[in-house]
Amino acid sequence: MMGSASESAYRVLMGVLESRTGQSLSPNRIWRIEMSLKPVMQRHGIADLDALVAALVTSTSRQLLDDTVDAMLNNETFFYREHSVFDDIATKALEHIREVNALSRRLTIWHCGVSTGQEAYSMAMLLAEQAERWAGWQIQIIGTDVSYHAISRARVGIYSQFEIQRGLPVQRMVRWFDQTEAGWLAKADLRRRIEFSVQNMLVDRPPLTHPADLIFCRNLLLYFAAPMRLKAFARLRAVAAPQSFLVLGAGETVLGQTDQFVASPRLRGLYEPADQQVRRVAA
Amino acid sequence: MSKSCLVVDDSKVIRKVARHILESMAFAVEEAADGQEALTFCRANRPDVILLDWNMPVMSGMEFLGAFNDLDFGHDERPRVVFCTTENSIDHIRAAIEAGADEYVMKPFDRETLEGKLQLVGVA
Repeated sequence: MMGSASESAYRVLMGVLESRTGQSLSPNRIWRIEMSLKPVMQRHGIADLDALVAALVTSTSRQLLDDTVDAMLNNETFFYREHSVFDDIATKALEHIREVNALSRRLTIWHCGVSTGQEAYSMAMLLAEQAERWAGWQIQIIGTDVSYHAISRARVGIYSQFEIQRGLPVQRMVRWFDQTEAGWLAKADLRRRIEFSVQNMLVDRPPLTHPADLIFCRNLLLYFAAPMRLKAFARLRAVAAPQSFLVLGAGETVLGQTDQFVASPRLRGLYEPADQQVRRVAA
Repeated sequence: MSKSCLVVDDSKVIRKVARHILESMAFAVEEAADGQEALTFCRANRPDVILLDWNMPVMSGMEFLGAFNDLDFGHDERPRVVFCTTENSIDHIRAAIEAGADEYVMKPFDRETLEGKLQLVGVA
């Protein structure tokens, strides 16, 4: 059931979200719109959702539009989400990439829909702790998200007590973060390892200097309607290296969604470009 | 078989909250109101994990940890120790790790945080 605003207001807001991000609002998220947008309305001195929609239609304020879209996005993330996935990546996936890229000595990672950055920092910590293993390698870690607010936070690298405790082992916390009055700040040595940028993955090409060996796109595709999801998979495939891995969220799959990627025969829960699989089988 | 957790905290309210969360995660829960009580318990029992407050009367969490480290658990695995305290400075956290704590929960905490930390030490 929707809130007190008119149905047309909800339709406009859903249209704004879809046109700006490609994301759709499932019925179970619609009822939360009003609650999510309350802080935005307060900040901009707007009384209710109908007035917000009127302001969006008539105002030229880019800030209001950005704030509205941002508030409707789900920026849920945390460090080392699903530890077992990171364990597999740390050992098997990275080892495979090392073999494949032994000549170029290049490792390129794209965190698509990185939100406030915890996932990218998780990988950066993991690689930094394997410094000897990666000595002489050129490593690029890119984090992109459509939310400018989330990316601003990711760049700053400050996390609240609640955020820093979610998934991050305490040993890593004290090694890679400083306690400041504003929260737990990622050390400069960690922050310099990641480039964050505001991007819409359906439209923008990620600023990768080489094809990605490892792509994280977790719990993002589920917000796309089927045609957009198909397009998203194509976008991911377009920048994926031939022998690369795609990491999706725990409840996500490629099965019946796309023919661009298939389940990895090497690593359960990870995906690989489909054409590469055909070549492997043919060989 | 369900895992067991010893909750060591002088606050009855905290023990109650922790028990509620842990039991909902299928833990068997025991309680101790200070480090001395916890030590007595650990001499006769081997919980899978100990949730340990820092500041307590009779024996603090750090004093407990010092004595606990000397206990002999034979062939059994040493119980995991997770500090759960309002002592949230990085110096306290470093001291706890140095003393042998496996994880650290800064209060206030919620179910998700506690569950995550227990996963990190391999008991959930």
